Amino acid sequence: MLEIIRQPWPWYVAGPLIGLTVPALLLIGNKHFGISSSLRHICAACIPANISFFKYDWKKEAWNLFFVAGILLGGVVASQLLSNPDPIVVSPATTQALEALHIPVDNNLMPSAIFSVENLLNLKGLFFFIIGGFLVGFGTRYAGGCTSGHSIMGLSTFQWPSLVATCCFMLGGFAMVHLVFPWIMSIIA
Amino acid sequence: MDNKIRKPITTIHSSLPEECEAPNNQMEKESLITSNLKYLILGVLFGIVFVKAEIISWYRIQEMFRLHSFHMYGVIGSAVVVGMISVWLIRRFNIKTMKDETVVFHEKKFHWGNVIGGLIFGLGWALTGACPGPLFAQIGSGFIVVIVTLLSAIAGTWMYGLLRDGLPH
Repeated sequence: MLEIIRQPWPWYVAGPLIGLTVPALLLIGNKHFGISSSLRHICAACIPANISFFKYDWKKEAWNLFFVAGILLGGVVASQLLSNPDPIVVSPATTQALEALHIPVDNNLMPSAIFSVENLLNLKGLFFFIIGGFLVGFGTRYAGGCTSGHSIMGLSTFQWPSLVATCCFMLGGFAMVHLVFPWIMSIIA
Repeated sequence: MDNKIRKPITTIHSSLPEECEAPNNQMEKESLITSNLKYLILGVLFGIVFVKAEIISWYRIQEMFRLHSFHMYGVIGSAVVVGMISVWLIRRFNIKTMKDETVVFHEKKFHWGNVIGGLIFGLGWALTGACPGPLFAQIGSGFIVVIVTLLSAIAGTWMYGLLRDGLPH
């Protein structure tokens, strides 16, 4: 059994489990699935700076902070106790495309060519951690949600603005990978 | 159950961006720590799924945007289908929460942030290989540098709060 759990889970197992988070949160405590809001609560709790957007009762929404703390712990549990003993399998076409950009596919979930401590203070770190993270935090709040709040919760409740947002998430991603990414990698190299 | 006594399903028409977009609609007050522990446990399970399905992997996001793999489309697509069926069941049978409250749904109103912010988030998603949920799971999985990404995401959210009134919505 443990052998099977340690293997990467296929989409038809993981997707439905993620979908079940929607009714789980609704029925446990009338909570709406949405993860990016946790970033707003962190701002409201730590650095409200008298900005009206951060002046609300964040303690009422503290469940969301517990939820994301759980996700972090889940990452610890999965990587410590249930980790896949085999190297990650990446599609040959993506492997080839990334190698052309000098990002070799290594055995872990994240490429060490980018996500390593040495890159914290160079251009890679600037693009992938600082700018990338900023775009995620700014964009999700501006859009009013992320993949969980819009794409899963929003689409599950037939909200057309969430469909618009989801299409824009995808468009932005395609634009980054196909148009901006080669340019960034040429600057870094 | 007699259909006549079924209470109407509450839909709150609210989309002032001022409000929380993933709100707590429970009437009954909760204690800060003990009641919230169940969300911690749910988060742990959710985080395990994130890691085991390799959704937190930067490579999976690259494959998705290069159309080289069906995995992420399958995950998101089947999650939406299961979410839709669950929400339909909750509405159809007026299933109550554990505190016996009616489940509240919010209608989202369109604003231009859905488009502009959506595009901005998409750009960041492809760079970091993570939406906000996987950021936390990546850190938990030992990718310590992602703490910097998370701090930068918090800074981005803060900057949005600061500039919000001047941005087109």
